[in-house]
Amino acid sequence: MSNLYDTLMARKNEIIKASVGLDYSLYEFEGIGFDYEKLMQDQGYSLEMIKEIQQDNMVGNTPLVELKNITKYARKYSKPGYGARIFLKDEAANLSGSFKARRAALAVHQAKKLGYKGVIAATSGNYGAAVAALAAKAGLRCIIVQESFDSNNVSQPEILEKARKCEAFGAEVIQMSVGPELFYTFLSLLDETKYFNASLYSPYGIRGIETLGHEIADEIKSLTGKFPEAVVVTNAGGGNLTGTARGLKDAGAIDTKIIAASVNLYGLHMASDHDFNRKSFTTGHTGFGIPFTTYPDRSDVPRSAARPLRYMDQYVTVNQGTVFFMTETLALLEGMERGPAGNTSLAAAFSLAQEMKQDEIIVVQETEYTGAGKHLLPQLSFAKKNGVTLEFGNPELEVPGKTIIFPENGSFVTHKTIPLDSLRKTYLKRYQDFKLSDKDYVFLAEELQLTIEQVKTYF
Amino acid sequence: MMIEQGAYVRIRRTVLQPQDRSSNLPEDTTLVPYKMWVKGYLQEESDLFDIVTIKTITGRTETGRLKESNPAYKHNYGDFVIEELRLKDIILGDFYE
Repeated sequence: MSNLYDTLMARKNEIIKASVGLDYSLYEFEGIGFDYEKLMQDQGYSLEMIKEIQQDNMVGNTPLVELKNITKYARKYSKPGYGARIFLKDEAANLSGSFKARRAALAVHQAKKLGYKGVIAATSGNYGAAVAALAAKAGLRCIIVQESFDSNNVSQPEILEKARKCEAFGAEVIQMSVGPELFYTFLSLLDETKYFNASLYSPYGIRGIETLGHEIADEIKSLTGKFPEAVVVTNAGGGNLTGTARGLKDAGAIDTKIIAASVNLYGLHMASDHDFNRKSFTTGHTGFGIPFTTYPDRSDVPRSAARPLRYMDQYVTVNQGTVFFMTETLALLEGMERGPAGNTSLAAAFSLAQEMKQDEIIVVQETEYTGAGKHLLPQLSFAKKNGVTLEFGNPELEVPGKTIIFPENGSFVTHKTIPLDSLRKTYLKRYQDFKLSDKDYVFLAEELQLTIEQVKTYF
Repeated sequence: MMIEQGAYVRIRRTVLQPQDRSSNLPEDTTLVPYKMWVKGYLQEESDLFDIVTIKTITGRTETGRLKESNPAYKHNYGDFVIEELRLKDIILGDFYE
């Protein structure tokens, strides 16, 4: 490590504290835990205030649509009496084209309230466009730091499109080559500019999504007289799942099953220069989903407000070919051109609905905008150029980085369940050599939706 | 090729040499430097590939190797992908059969 690197990293806590305007040490317990609920409630925003801020910014109240043709299609492959009604929240209708605007609205509002001159976010995804759009509306400056290029200066088309969109809103986009040192660049920019850290993992980044959970609960109930049986959430950093689940529960939908869905990218290393351009999904995949589920505090703030294992009832994976197939299906049968990455939960829902009864309801809780670069055509064309073979057959045989296998027909749209117990065990590994107090066990039980006795037997 | 002062350009800077990179990397990534690309207004008339200073859109100053002037967006809808037509056939055939 260079001295430059070490010197900056040693100042990490001080820089982060100044850039979030929030003293995380106030919430720390002795031992391993912290007061999660106090951290979430202490920031001065009620649900009503969040709704108002979002409405003022053209965020939220997105259309809820019943996917009648896709439901009919899923029923073709269901047992008699099975095949739940599939609904979709068209989050692409938010300012900047994705649900990420809900998160950015609150973060940017907080930055403005605290008197920061600008905001910074580290993201190659839709969140960058969301922060840039909201910052434009608030009159704040904006810098987005992206992981963009491999060592041959080749970038994912999807990431190039997001850079364009951020620049359309007046943001400065800084593009990096592959590597976790992005955090080093991010820290040095925060230190240099004194801008606000619009982290995806701050309480603002998560509470902003609670309105989505509320809308789903309220809208499904007013349409059908009941809360949905299941909501499927595309899962990467865990924030989408955490915020949606918190909103649903707050609205009274306590029995609604929360299902996480990620694209299966097993075998590809997220920090590998070689693997970087051999994946067709830059988010919503297991490369983020699994590590952030089993260790949420790996994020860019001392304590992540995204804590998916507190809320997750099931975790499923789908393959890249399956998500592309459902992206095409959404366009062909419902007239909606969206995604592809945001359609991960749609692909899972198509398969999950077949395990549910016809009078039950499953909600796909997001869509995202599509466009040049960020569309199945350029992404498939790019995959081919990088030596990935496109095939038809059973997507479960897909080898990420080598093949993309499209379902040969709708019966091959399937999901796989990752046992929650194995994720919980991975989470606990970090503490196996700790001498844990009673309070630590209470914290772990809350983190993992287990009893204290169960936590003890897991060790 | 001289590029005039005030032109909008793109530069590249090596942030960390391979030996200075994080110790927690897969082997292929440890072999290559960590680089940054950023756009801004060129502060002095320069030649392509010179080390130059720019002012970014947020008013920051950055230094790096001059790679491109008037950088355009070149991403598009990619090449023709025949497999997408087969996807259409499968889905429509499967649904309406």
